[in-house]
Amino acid sequence: MSALTPLSVPRLPRGVRMRFDPVRNSQVLLAPERTFDLDEVAVAVLELVDGQRTIGEIAGELASRYAADKAEIEADILPMLSDLASKRVLET
Amino acid sequence: MNAISPAVPAPIGLLAELTHRCPLRCPYCSNPLELDRRSGELDTATWQRVLSEAAELGVLHIHLSGGEPTARADIVEITGHCARLGLYSNLITSGVAGALQKLEPLADVGLDHVQLSVQAADAARAERIGGLRGAQEQKLVFGRRVVELGLPLTLNAVIHRGNIDEVQAIIDLAVELGARRLEIAHTQYYGWAYLNRAALMPTRADVALSIAAVEAARARLAGRLVIDLVVPDYYAKYPKACAGGWGRRLMNVTPAGKVLPCHAAETIPGLEFWHVTEHSLGDIWHRSPAFNAYRGTDWMPEPCRSCDRRELDWGGCRCQALALAGDAAATDPACSLSPLHARIKDLAVSEAATEVAPDYRYRVIGGAPAAARQEEPA
Ligand code: SF4
Ligand code: SF4
Repeated sequence: MSALTPLSVPRLPRGVRMRFDPVRNSQVLLAPERTFDLDEVAVAVLELVDGQRTIGEIAGELASRYAADKAEIEADILPMLSDLASKRVLET
Repeated sequence: MNAISPAVPAPIGLLAELTHRCPLRCPYCSNPLELDRRSGELDTATWQRVLSEAAELGVLHIHLSGGEPTARADIVEITGHCARLGLYSNLITSGVAGALQKLEPLADVGLDHVQLSVQAADAARAERIGGLRGAQEQKLVFGRRVVELGLPLTLNAVIHRGNIDEVQAIIDLAVELGARRLEIAHTQYYGWAYLNRAALMPTRADVALSIAAVEAARARLAGRLVIDLVVPDYYAKYPKACAGGWGRRLMNVTPAGKVLPCHAAETIPGLEFWHVTEHSLGDIWHRSPAFNAYRGTDWMPEPCRSCDRRELDWGGCRCQALALAGDAAATDPACSLSPLHARIKDLAVSEAATEVAPDYRYRVIGGAPAAARQEEPA
């Protein structure tokens, strides 16, 4: 698997899903044998991970939503998504 | 000490031992020596109610286990119920006998993940360990089918003297099958494994080699295969947080409906376990004597009580403390700070040093050898 770039199109593979946990009042990412607690940023990113958008497009959408700099957002979310990919809970 | 702490977090996972029936006879099986019989197993409706209660309580992961969970005629219904509740379902299977036939229906009702056991990479060896001829080919066919169906596959190999030199081959097998995860789990000596410890204990040198093989493969296969390693207790410096800490993360429901804080908890005499037919799961989690017995840190003796790792490993494993120290409330002798640690390590070394390992005592229902329980010097 090669490193992620702004042109990569990420998706959650089968067996990995995000859901709301009413008991802990937070979104969690469920994966084989593990649970990731997600902060607000991670939730916003993963909601846009759909197997269609590129990472660049995801950054663009978040930039316009939060009136922030796209390059900065891209630089933030690339390592986060790469980390999930190295744990095999995100694919391209 | 008996008061319910308001801070008890909700459990994250539930191990549903749907049945103790299994076509394999692994000598390290973590099931108890006294296996539940089919006639005593919970029915479908009860399991479904238990799963609904688990979801309400905050459980996120359901591990459908056994024995062999696909030996239950209602495995598809039970799994479908998990999916409807949003529970993440993990099928822990040997992949033999009827498992393959059930796989596609399970995928269709929303099974999330499959964990397939392999006993070794070499078929003849694997089949000697699992005690079933023809098992390996069935497992390989099953594993390939899991990947074809797009389900995530984890391979699980329990490591011991009889396969420790095959760790590299097992890693290769996981890659070849297309597994996303591999668990290299050194034997934990409970249940049948405790009974067979002298036949299973590897040497310290072999343990070190196997760990090195895993570390090299992790670097080489980053992003392709995640390898989780469970290191052997007897040679470790600190124990593991058993089940993530007693009564903190996990619940274990036996085929007959008894609810345990860990799968070996029944070996501890005097603990009072509650039953799903008499109490709700929430009640059992918060109020049952067994769950409160070793919850938190109040019960701890020295050296745990004043140790700064006490909320990391929670004093190790209670069942191991009982087996090795004769007292379930002792510091786990796997810990290097335990006064008994040196003796335990010597024992492991001397068992591993026997030239020919003793024969396995295979797992069998109704076959628990009478005098085979805890025979350790206290
Ligand atoms: S460890 Fe072996 S015998 Fe025990 S349940 Fe698993 S496959 Fe069956
Ligand atoms: S003394 Fe107790 S708490 Fe400290 S490391 Fe050992 S088992 Fe863990």
